[in-house]
Amino acid sequence: MKIIVAIKQVPVRDSVLQVDASGKWIRESELSFEVNEPDAYALEEALQLKERYGGEVIALCAGPARVSQAIREALAKGADRAIHVESDDLGAADSLGIARLLASAIRSEQPDLVLTGLQSDDLGYGQTGVIMAELLGFPHSTIIMQVEAAGSSVRVKRELENGWFQWMELPLPAVLTIQSGISKLRYATLMGIKKARTKEVKRLSAAELGGLAAPVLSVEKVYLPQKTKETQMLDGTPAEAAAALVEKLRFEARVL
Amino acid sequence: MLNAAGTPWMPRGGGFLLDATAPGQVFTPEDFSEEHRAIARTTDEFWRNEVEPHLEAIQRQEPGAAVSVLRKSAELGLTAVLVPDRYGGMELDLASAMIVAERVARDGSYAAWHGAHSGIGTIPILLFGTEEQKQTYLPRLVSGELVGAYCLSESHAGSDALAARTRATLNAEGTHYLLNGQKMRITNGGAAGLFTVFAKIDGEQFTAFLVERGYPGLSTGAEEKKMGIKGSSTTAVYFDNVPVPVSNVLGEIGRGHVVAFNILNLGRLKLGPFAVGGAKQTLGDSLRYAKERHAFGKAIGEFGLIQHKLAEMAIRLFAAEAISYRVTGDVQLRLAGFSWDKPGAAATMMKALEEFAAECSFVKVFASEMLDYVVDEGVQIHGGYGYHQDYAVERAYRDSRINRIFEGTNEINRLLAAGILLKRSRRGQLELVEAVKKLESEIGAGKIPGEPDPVARSKKIFLLCLGVAYRRFKDTLDQEQEVLAGLSGLAMGAYAMESVTLRAARMKSAGEMARVFVQDGMAQMENTARGILAACLEGEPLRATAGVLHRFAEVELVNTIELRRRIASRLLDAGKYVVD
Repeated sequence: MKIIVAIKQVPVRDSVLQVDASGKWIRESELSFEVNEPDAYALEEALQLKERYGGEVIALCAGPARVSQAIREALAKGADRAIHVESDDLGAADSLGIARLLASAIRSEQPDLVLTGLQSDDLGYGQTGVIMAELLGFPHSTIIMQVEAAGSSVRVKRELENGWFQWMELPLPAVLTIQSGISKLRYATLMGIKKARTKEVKRLSAAELGGLAAPVLSVEKVYLPQKTKETQMLDGTPAEAAAALVEKLRFEARVL
Repeated sequence: MLNAAGTPWMPRGGGFLLDATAPGQVFTPEDFSEEHRAIARTTDEFWRNEVEPHLEAIQRQEPGAAVSVLRKSAELGLTAVLVPDRYGGMELDLASAMIVAERVARDGSYAAWHGAHSGIGTIPILLFGTEEQKQTYLPRLVSGELVGAYCLSESHAGSDALAARTRATLNAEGTHYLLNGQKMRITNGGAAGLFTVFAKIDGEQFTAFLVERGYPGLSTGAEEKKMGIKGSSTTAVYFDNVPVPVSNVLGEIGRGHVVAFNILNLGRLKLGPFAVGGAKQTLGDSLRYAKERHAFGKAIGEFGLIQHKLAEMAIRLFAAEAISYRVTGDVQLRLAGFSWDKPGAAATMMKALEEFAAECSFVKVFASEMLDYVVDEGVQIHGGYGYHQDYAVERAYRDSRINRIFEGTNEINRLLAAGILLKRSRRGQLELVEAVKKLESEIGAGKIPGEPDPVARSKKIFLLCLGVAYRRFKDTLDQEQEVLAGLSGLAMGAYAMESVTLRAARMKSAGEMARVFVQDGMAQMENTARGILAACLEGEPLRATAGVLHRFAEVELVNTIELRRRIASRLLDAGKYVVD
């Protein structure tokens, strides 16, 4: 089975975020980056499928030079080779633009299966995988928790709401968007990191893939959540504090 | 590597005292390759997932807790970074080993398990083992099947290791040595499967032996009750006619000291990242606490005195990192083209480390004292809670203290480093005498301070004191411990200041830390130097020389209060130790 895993690099989770000068994105210069968590589970699922059914796992990642860190990590964990779609200006792109680039890179590989995370930890649109499937003309299924190969098709378990699941079957080739937390992620062992040195990374420019289209959707403004909660300490004896509290509830909060 | 003028350049031990070094010539954490960073991430993940959840179990010495974590680390390759591929190791560079060491050292107890196993428990066999010994033991150590331990100390032989009384006697058949005696304070003693034991054959020839736990007559004592690193295993090891096959002699008979001392250079260098890892943890805890804890209506991190502490912790941490990785880079330059497959590889590795033996001692001393400062101020920032066992900083405070004692006490290391520099000078490897004479003629010609750069003048302070001390004591200088330790402190101070300045020169805002470090460092150096001068001179010569010293120690004063506030604000914003 030839599997392509599309991964995205996002700011690490405990980053202290600051809005940049344009007001439309965060300041990236001081941030560290990591593999988007749902994508890490997609990669894990791909590696497990390869262990069960054989084949090849190809990591696909679009972005500036810094994403080579994410690519190396995928290779160190066991991906056989990688494709880096080089572009410095994906920040302004929308899901459709990125899906076009990725689909174009995928098409020539003729994979059996394309996996990606169900959404990204930074923007969280949850669209790229689905649009990519549409562009490729592949069937897709989202929020996948389990994958079983069945000849020329796959059986997958989808997460529904309220603890309900759905099993369904899709013909190959197909696109699946993978849910976070469905398995235990493997480590990039030191031996894996060393082996990644010699693995192939194919570099493609956005231009070679048909160019990055002008976005249909653009971000107007990003801002940090406003803190509106305020705590007041009421001093005095318990009786005085209780009286002050009743007064506040009556005249300020107007709930009594 | 080329120097600033584009000519070939190779760092040499003690060379920093004489040669000018350009910023690009020292290796720093900012120079880590993508692969180094990947190794760091894997080790960080391992720490979060496998060590942190078991810290309490390790601390309580629950049976098997630490060993199972150690074995998990072995699966990831974290116990055998330097070991060649053919024995199951990772065969990576020294910087990779340092990066791993730093990241498993966030807790002192686990650091002891991991460090003793992968360092003194494994490296002696790698460097001195026969091919058969390596094939027998290295793969089992690498996988964690065997835990390694190193038995040098005895109850009356600590720093004075060669005074060991454990004896080895060849049996009548000539097949086995029988070991008798006891070793004390053996890290990993409670769980080790393989011990590297130093004993004297017939009470004379100091020799190393590889001793398996299963050999009859070997037993270990109860866990020793320690001040800190209580989750590490420390026991006595007893030998009662333990038969050790003659094939298990490690290295040459009568040359155990070669094994013992060569291991120490690497151990001392690695103590740098170990202390750095612990300090980062405590500084992070302290920053979080300073942001959360409110007093007098604001977070205590907003107060100047707390900011002073946080900034100073970070500055010393930055300096310890700078010297640790500078020595690592210098050793690696000496190892250019190194391969374990080449004949004499182990000797090449040891020679590269030995070249920088004085610098390894500086790393050990500076980093352990840095950590003690950081945990001490960490407790202070936490106030009453810092004295409480519910807070990690209380444990870190106790755990830190051993670092100034093991791997050679800091006192021994200060004396050693000064001794090494003098020895290199006597052997013609380091032109100290010429440099002292040149300086004296400059002073005679009134060229004082003759140099605008305080780092360059800090080296002159060392040379000035060396010249004065040598004239006073001549061949008995090595008997003058206080003077030698003072000289060592001056050389270490100059090394640290230069390393910090060179590292910061290629960074955005770390220059502020360098300015504070140099200003305070020069004052400290002047104080040490005054002690040396006053011990060697008197009357007018003392007054005149102290005047010269004062000119050398001058710095363009900067407002260190303001700089520390700025440094602290950046740390508080980030919520952890980050430098840029």
